[in-house]
Amino acid sequence: MKAPRFLYVRVASLVEALEVLAEYGDEASVLAGGQSLMPTLNMRLSSPKVLVDINRIDDLKGISLDGNMVRVGALSRHADVMTSPIVVEHLPLIAQAYPFVAHAAVRNRGTFGGSVALADPASEMPACVLALNATLVLDSKAGGRRNVAASDYFKGLYETERRDDELLIEARIPIKAAGEVSAFGELSRRHGDFALAGVAMHGTVANGVITGLRPVYFGSEDRPVLGVATAAAVEGKGATEETFAAVNVALGNDLDPLSNFHADAATRLQLARVLTKRALTSMVNGGGVV
Amino acid sequence: MTELKERHEITLTVNGETVTRTVEARQHLVDFLRNELQLTGSHLGCEHGVCGACTVRLDGEIVRGCLTLAVQADGAAVETIEGVTETGEIADLQETFVERNALQCGFCTPGMLLTAAELLNAGKPATRAEIRTHLSGNYCRCTGYHAIVDAIETTNNKRLGTK
Repeated sequence: MKAPRFLYVRVASLVEALEVLAEYGDEASVLAGGQSLMPTLNMRLSSPKVLVDINRIDDLKGISLDGNMVRVGALSRHADVMTSPIVVEHLPLIAQAYPFVAHAAVRNRGTFGGSVALADPASEMPACVLALNATLVLDSKAGGRRNVAASDYFKGLYETERRDDELLIEARIPIKAAGEVSAFGELSRRHGDFALAGVAMHGTVANGVITGLRPVYFGSEDRPVLGVATAAAVEGKGATEETFAAVNVALGNDLDPLSNFHADAATRLQLARVLTKRALTSMVNGGGVV
Repeated sequence: MTELKERHEITLTVNGETVTRTVEARQHLVDFLRNELQLTGSHLGCEHGVCGACTVRLDGEIVRGCLTLAVQADGAAVETIEGVTETGEIADLQETFVERNALQCGFCTPGMLLTAAELLNAGKPATRAEIRTHLSGNYCRCTGYHAIVDAIETTNNKRLGTK
């Protein structure tokens, strides 16, 4: 189908973008990569009055190492984040997750910040920033900059802490410290499709024992979910059958998956258990894609 | 900042030629190419980013033409299947597609060729699994993909001088 009519403005700077958002608020949609927004327009699931194209704000692009964190500009394209040597070296979880993000042509255009800002519950990057305890930087004309922890950012289905007059400008992600390990797993019908179940996890492993685990589940509920009970069940344990049995119980407390025509709740919970077992086994062996 | 309005004048190059048109903001790039410029090689399948039939190059990179607005291409360089056919850049790939029967109805073929070209231009060896992963965003309902992977693998090996 064809998109409905809208007014379009291409801003040249962050200041201009925030001006437009301050004026139009919830009547405006931010156009970054457009890989989620454009389908909703073409299917007429959304009809904003104004589209604010931020693609030419070069200040919002780029990946840099800043002390013990990596700063990812919101407008960095998926393809650039995926192949960034900084990300490959310091953020292995994100490097592991990226091959699962859509397809080559979509990654050339879609942006890291757009994915986090939209907060699709089946999407990989929201889960990764939550697992890695990232800080998200929002900016607005009225309130200026503020930092929001990823754990406070995701509120519900496409609902986030971001106000309508705010723009997500950057993610600040702690780098992998010595002894920390990541594992990532996702199940979908076809490579690059939305997840039926997925887990992104990060924690410390020493002598086969896992501590401080942050397992985040996506494609499960209306937002990425941190498995608090699961982390407690794993704390100080190795990847043993006993741990897996405890995790299977804990996951039932952590997750309450949504059913839809792709998979029902029981299937999604079972897939989450399978992925968690694989991921924990991977963690004690150095981590990776499961 | 451009003016906030519904119709915008854009200037871009399409297959090396500079064009200027006034477009509706809501018009996506493939409708612009097909309806305004009569370049009908780029196809519209699903029109929401799933099928890959609309693949075109924007500033050298493949993108979904149905998920990019024409107005966003203002100042950019767009290349379509017509352009890369004319330059001969993928003549070897096209020949191998024919040899291997890597198309039947041809609807997906322009998108397949441009997607494959990106892989070939990397100039690196690629396994059949890697080729399939790279093509995973392009649907073909005729061939079962096997022949397409054959054609791309053969072309890549030829270009790398490995077979």
